[in-house]
Amino acid sequence: MEYKILKKNNVDTFIGELKKKYKFWGPKKKTKQITFGEVSSQQEMCLEDFTNSSMSPKGIFFPQSEIMLSFKKSGEQANIYKDVEISPSPKVVFGMRPCDARAFSLLDKIFTNDQFTDNYWVSKREATTLIGLGCNAPCSTCFCTSVNSHPFDEKGLDLLATDLGDRYLLKVLTEKGKKMTEGMSSLEDAKDSDITQQKELSTKAEGAITSHVSVDKIKDKSVLELYNNDMWSKVYESCLNCGTCTYVCPTCHCFDVQDEVSKEGGVRIRNWDSCMSWLFTIHTTGHNPRPSKKERVRQRFMHKFKYIPVKRDGEIGCVGCGRCVTLCPVNIDIREVANLMND
Amino acid sequence: MKNPYLPYPVRIDKIVIETEDRNLKSFKFLFLNADDRKAFDYTPGQFAQLSVTGKGEIPIGIASSPTEGDHLLFTVNKMGLVTTALHNLSEGDIMGVRGPLGNSYPFDAMKGKDIIIIGGGYAFTTLRSTMVYLLDKKNRADFGKITLIYGARTPGMLLYKETLEEWSKRDDINYNVTVDREAPGWKGIVGFVPAVTEKVAPSSTNAIAIICGPPVMIKFTLPVMTKLGFTPEQTVTSLENRMKCGIGICGRCNVGPEYVCKDGPVFTMAQLKEMPQEY
Repeated sequence: MEYKILKKNNVDTFIGELKKKYKFWGPKKKTKQITFGEVSSQQEMCLEDFTNSSMSPKGIFFPQSEIMLSFKKSGEQANIYKDVEISPSPKVVFGMRPCDARAFSLLDKIFTNDQFTDNYWVSKREATTLIGLGCNAPCSTCFCTSVNSHPFDEKGLDLLATDLGDRYLLKVLTEKGKKMTEGMSSLEDAKDSDITQQKELSTKAEGAITSHVSVDKIKDKSVLELYNNDMWSKVYESCLNCGTCTYVCPTCHCFDVQDEVSKEGGVRIRNWDSCMSWLFTIHTTGHNPRPSKKERVRQRFMHKFKYIPVKRDGEIGCVGCGRCVTLCPVNIDIREVANLMND
Repeated sequence: MKNPYLPYPVRIDKIVIETEDRNLKSFKFLFLNADDRKAFDYTPGQFAQLSVTGKGEIPIGIASSPTEGDHLLFTVNKMGLVTTALHNLSEGDIMGVRGPLGNSYPFDAMKGKDIIIIGGGYAFTTLRSTMVYLLDKKNRADFGKITLIYGARTPGMLLYKETLEEWSKRDDINYNVTVDREAPGWKGIVGFVPAVTEKVAPSSTNAIAIICGPPVMIKFTLPVMTKLGFTPEQTVTSLENRMKCGIGICGRCNVGPEYVCKDGPVFTMAQLKEMPQEY
């Protein structure tokens, strides 16, 4: 395995070198919100007091609103849907937290199945090199270690960076990551002591996770056993169906497809959607298979902890980032719900 | 790489008003590009997304059979935004078809067996496709006895009247088309589908039944099937849920872990027993 050292006083040179081939993105503070966006210097990034972005960074590959197709109203090609050009520019994203990258690796499998490939997701993923940043100091709401992830999880990343004080240790994980580091004068070879220090930090971070959730018994319960559990009658009561949890969640990927019309033609777009919405499932007849909040709340948790694992060899549909725990306006806590499902 | 969200352009070749309430129309489509028809390789039971530009898409079961040639047939009930827009289109108009989507009826498992087709109302579309497919000269010998039980409220609400007429004359179909109550000029069977099924009493030995219809019909037909000895594994149905992507990604049509659009729409009653009733 290849390791590199990036000194913090070299980060601007590093960005400058990369910008010759890539767009460079990192975490930025806008008012109180931290979001990923294009940056040209270390100063623009908020890496020192950075825990994680407020929203999940899934929008990099799965924008909140995205044009899929277009059509014209008149002429020879009238009313024929056409592909829109998808050619995302090569991008390096620095500072991705390992939980979010793990979520991308799950979404990779969802947006590509045995029959169909969603090129809107795939093309942006392929054009992007992800540099993760291990979590030296996990938050109180982080529970990644309970859902098969880790503060230094490497899944879904091309490189993993570790903050070693005055420098970052970069672990090269993929061919794409290797290609990025080739010929970069801002990078130096790592020493064995750097790697030892990284391992110590990783172990320390694992120990610093204070939230623990038990999900081990869920796999032994049938879909219907979990679905018919009395707990749902309590869990949903305080829910407002506001959908915040679904929008901030790195693994939530539901979308709506709509046509938008202009004077000469129009476009087919997709927008993030939410299973918390009543409209999400209603039939034209008025029949709704998930008519009340209870069914909708149950759907979200069942999807994460049962439906996805059933279909994907036990892989859990939650990465433990804790955003929904922090941002739910009525304090519904996914950790408590998972524990109840496991009981 | 083919974009699974891109509809094929088709021309509306023919529109037939199917029912006396004029709410159900059948649309016969021809592909603008011959290659698209080749790519649209379907089996009865599958569905497609029909696109009307500026309005959107709707999932509709394919009513034609691949044995019938290059056209596609869809029967659409005027119900919401897209279906209303579709009903307002004319022959010659261009629209989009995306598919084929979903699984199909289990023809491999059906081979060598007696087939019972039970339909009600306008859920008869993919059953028409299935009947045409089974009766095709190349396929007929692969299957045993065919029993058809199809009911509508009135004679005027029956779909595909000319095709039914042809089937009624064949001696290789146990043909039972029924209406809910007596009607002027109706010489056929009268009665609800569950009662007719009980009377016809198809044997469950080495047989598979496909049942599609309104929920109330299915609810009362299933106990009859059980009485006749049909196991949940022998009883097949097709589900509907609100859909968008149609390819198992957008997340709304799931019934438990199964996506109606990709894992379905066809399920056996045995499968449905293990799934929540979110349909």
